[in-house]
Amino acid sequence: MIIEKIEKFLRTLGKPLVKFTYGIGELSLFVSRAIYNCVTPPFYFKLLNRQFIDIGFYSLPVVALTTVFAGMVIALQSYTGFSQYGAESMVANVVLIAVTRELAPVFCGLMVAGRIGSAMAAEIGTMRVTEQIDALTTLSTNPFKYLITPRVIAGVLMLPILVVIGDILGIFGGYIIGVYKLDFNSANYIHATLQYLVASDVYCGIAKGAVFGFIITLMGCYNGYKSRGGAQGVGEATTNAVVSSSILILIFNYIITEVFFTE
Amino acid sequence: MKKIKISIKDLHKSFGKKQILKGVNLEIEQGKSLVVIGGSGTGKSVLIKCIQGLLTPDSGSILIDGEETVGVDEQKREDLHDKMGMLFQGGALFDSLTVWQNVAFALLQNKGLSKKEAKEKAIDVLRQVGLAPDVADSYPSEISGGMQKRVGLARAIATNPEIIFFDEPTTGLDPIMADVINELIVESAKKLGATTFTITHDMASVRKIADKVAMLYKGEIIWQGSVAEMDKTDNAYVKQFINGCSNGPIKVEI
Ligand SMILES: Nc1ncnc2c1ncn2[C@@H]1O[C@H](COP(=O)(O)OP(=O)(O)OP(=O)(O)O)[C@@H](O)[C@H]1O
Ligand SMILES: [Mg+2]
Repeated sequence: MIIEKIEKFLRTLGKPLVKFTYGIGELSLFVSRAIYNCVTPPFYFKLLNRQFIDIGFYSLPVVALTTVFAGMVIALQSYTGFSQYGAESMVANVVLIAVTRELAPVFCGLMVAGRIGSAMAAEIGTMRVTEQIDALTTLSTNPFKYLITPRVIAGVLMLPILVVIGDILGIFGGYIIGVYKLDFNSANYIHATLQYLVASDVYCGIAKGAVFGFIITLMGCYNGYKSRGGAQGVGEATTNAVVSSSILILIFNYIITEVFFTE
Repeated sequence: MKKIKISIKDLHKSFGKKQILKGVNLEIEQGKSLVVIGGSGTGKSVLIKCIQGLLTPDSGSILIDGEETVGVDEQKREDLHDKMGMLFQGGALFDSLTVWQNVAFALLQNKGLSKKEAKEKAIDVLRQVGLAPDVADSYPSEISGGMQKRVGLARAIATNPEIIFFDEPTTGLDPIMADVINELIVESAKKLGATTFTITHDMASVRKIADKVAMLYKGEIIWQGSVAEMDKTDNAYVKQFINGCSNGPIKVEI
C-alpha cells in the first residue's frame, strides 16, 4: 500500500524529468545536425537569398521603430537623473552604452523572434504535418539543407547587421531627444557620443546579434520540424518558438554581458 | 529467373504501445505491379513509409535489389530515393512552389536540368496525367483536389523512377479520371519497366492494375495472389473486403 504510493509519487516526479532530458537530447542532436549541414555542401543559394531578404530587409521597420524609441526613452530617463551640470555628456554616454551594449541587440532579438521565429515555425510546421518534409526526402533532397540551413545561416549573418543599424538609430533617437527636447548643444552632444564610443561595446552587440540570430532561427526551425498533429500542433509550435527563443535571448544576453564586461 | 525488386521480411512497427505492423512478409518482382488492399488504419501508409525510410521499422528487413535498406546512412538513402517515386495520400505538394516547379523538383535540384528544359519536361508529364499546360504556373492551392492528386502523380513519375509508390492514387477523382490514372499506372509499369506498389480501396483500380494483390489485416499480410485468384478465393476476409459487406469476419470498431 505505502510502497505503491511511493512508487506512484516517484513516477509522477520522474516522468517530466525523463521528458525534459529527452527534449534536451533531441535538441542537441538537432543543433549538431544543423551545424553540420551548414558547413557541408550542397548549398541552396537561392533559398539563402530569400531568407536574407526576409530576415534582414523586412525586419528593418520594426527594428528601426523599437530602437529609435528605446534610445529616446533612455535619453529622457537619464536626464532626470543628471539634470545638473554636465548632463549633456552624461546623457550621451548613458544612451551610447545602453543602446550599443544592451538595447539594440535585445530589441532586435526579441522583435525578430516575434516576426521571424513564429513564421518559420508555422511554415516548417505546416510542411511537416502536410508531409511536405517527407516529400522532400523522397525527392532525394535533404530537408535540413533545404529548409533549415539557409534559415540558420541567414539568421546568424543578418542579426548582427540589424544590431548595427539598431545601434545607429538608437543613438540617433537619444540625440533627437537631447537636442530638440532637452536643449543640448548639438555639436557637444555628438562630440560626447564619439568620445565615449568604444569598439568593444559595438563588438559585444554584434556578437549578441549573431548568437540571437542562431537562437531564433534554430528554435523556429526546431519547433516547426518536430510539430505533430495538424493545425493545433502548428499553433503550439509557433508559440513555443517565440516563447523559448525570447527566454533564451534574455538568458544568453546576460551570459554574454557577463563574459564581455567582468574582468 | 524472376528478379525480386523489393523483399520485406518480418517487418514490425509500433507507435508507443500501439502495434501497427506485426511481421509483414511481402515480395515484389521486377516490373510487376503489386496492390495492397486493407481497411482504413491497418497501416498501409505506414508500410510504404517504412520502405521509403521515412519511418524506421522496429525490426525486420527490407531488401531493394537484394540490398538491405533498413538503417542505411543518409547518402545511401538519397541514392535509393533517386530510383523511387512516391505519390502521397495527401498529395504533399510544396505549396510555396508552382505546379511545374513541383513536378520538376527533382529534375531541377538533383538532375541539374536547366529551368527551361525542366519546365518543358514538367509540362510534358502534366499532359500525360491529363492536365493542360496552363495549370503549370498556378500554385497548388489554386487548383482542385483532383488536379492536385494528378500533379502529385506527375511529380512521382517525372524522373522515370524504377519503383513507384502510389498511396491511394484514385481517391477523390471522378470515375473517368480514375480510369485514366489506372491506365497511366499500368503504362508506366509496362513502358518504363517500373515496379509499382499501389495502395487502394478502389476495386476497379485493383482489377485494372494488379499483377498481384496482397491484403493487409491486423498488421500482417493475410492473403496474396493474382486478381483471378482473388475472385475465386474462399478467404472470408478477402471476400468480405472485395464485396464491401459490413458483416463478416472483419469487424469495424466504432
Ligand atoms: N507518425 C505516427 N505516429 C503515431 N501513430 C501513427 C503515425 N502514423 C500512423 N500512425 C497510426 O498508424 C495507424 C495506421 O496508419 P496508416 O496511415 O498506415 O493507415 P492506412 O492503412 O494508410 O489507412 P487509410 O486507408 O485510411 O489511409 C493509424 O492508427 C495511425 O493512427
Ligand atoms: Mg493511408
